[in-house]
Amino acid sequence: MTATSHPLVIVGAGLAGWTVAREFRKLDATRSIVMVTSDSGDFYAKPTLSNAYAQKRTPEQLVTTPAQKMAETLQVELHAHTQVLRIDTQAQKLITQKGTQEQTLAYSQLVLASGAHPIRVPIEGDAADQVCSVNHLADFAKFHAALGPAPKTVLVLGAGLIGCEFANDLVQGGYTVHVVDPATTALAAMLPSQASAQLRDALQGLGVVWHFGTTLQSLTLREGRKQAHLASGELLMADLVLSAIGLRADTALAQHAGLVCERGIVVSNSLQTSAKNVYALGDCAQYASAQSRTLPYVMPIMNAARALAATLHGTDTPVVFPVMPVSVKTPALPIVLVSPPPNAVGQWTPEPDLDGALGGAWRFVDDQGHARGFVLTGKQTSRRMELSKEVVL
Amino acid sequence: MKTYICIVCGFVYDETAGRPEEGIAAGTLWSAVPENWACPDCGVAKADFEIVEI
Repeated sequence: MTATSHPLVIVGAGLAGWTVAREFRKLDATRSIVMVTSDSGDFYAKPTLSNAYAQKRTPEQLVTTPAQKMAETLQVELHAHTQVLRIDTQAQKLITQKGTQEQTLAYSQLVLASGAHPIRVPIEGDAADQVCSVNHLADFAKFHAALGPAPKTVLVLGAGLIGCEFANDLVQGGYTVHVVDPATTALAAMLPSQASAQLRDALQGLGVVWHFGTTLQSLTLREGRKQAHLASGELLMADLVLSAIGLRADTALAQHAGLVCERGIVVSNSLQTSAKNVYALGDCAQYASAQSRTLPYVMPIMNAARALAATLHGTDTPVVFPVMPVSVKTPALPIVLVSPPPNAVGQWTPEPDLDGALGGAWRFVDDQGHARGFVLTGKQTSRRMELSKEVVL
Repeated sequence: MKTYICIVCGFVYDETAGRPEEGIAAGTLWSAVPENWACPDCGVAKADFEIVEI
């Protein structure tokens, strides 16, 4: 049994942190919850960061519920703009800092929902430190302010999911967009080659300029703009550079506290870390329930939060992830996909549509003949439920 | 015709377009979308949508 006189403490006020609080409140209306976050704690839908321009929404308009309202509704004691310096898992305490003031917080149970941070690659040049990345609302507000109104030119690093979504959004918002990626095509890691080619062509049709098979070597200031030197020898001028080459789970605090971390904070089926009464979920977690993968998407967070709330309430509840299709928000070519597990051996197989035509649906069929994933593009995205039912996890 | 946005993931329901693939015809008003309908992107309930103000 845990000492329930101390609060449940949640570190992080993103979707994972707030959803755990919300789900826990459905089970327990009285136990105290303390939430510690380095940002404001305002609630917003993170996927809207990469389609705000097309919807003409400002960073302020993306906030769906201000932090104060969230805290009141869920009866959470919110410590905003507060850093967690360290965790003592033996004493079940954490040390926080707001401004210059340190505070010790005891917990009965601790939930780490600290998210991830963008991967940065080293770039040379006097403007290298001006590369933006967007992983939360405050980043986006900075990016939005630095970019200013169209027309401007944005250089996007990375043609993955976030890079493609931003490229689509910015070009729709009236900006000129260049995308640089060492791969040979768009979203190459997640799609069969034909689907990648469709996405590449659809975005190109809107005006996106691709620079595949190369990388950004250096970025230098020139007359208030940035001059990009690509490894291919090409020179580009841009007003802003956005790095979207991927996320890495934020494990620094957990590692410092001695928790087992690999690509993320390692958690069991019940989302427990290697320390007693310490749990993790969201972009910072590496899930046993997902073949030791990190799952930096919305739907896994919703599933994990529901299971974790029950576990925290006293009923050990392993999280069982269903088939969770990911929507790629590229209006030029909408895509819905389920990636096969990393250890699956097989190949992408085109799936005819109802009229027998090919080119909008693929299944990943393994060596046992089972469907382990799928990709749907364009109009075929309406078949997500039909194909989801056939996936063997 | 109005549009509604999922507060969790940002999925947009557009009354004009409906969700024909889920049996919700184009032009279906939000009030007529079944109460047990859930966000196709993240699974949250209909109650967790709000009207888009642009």
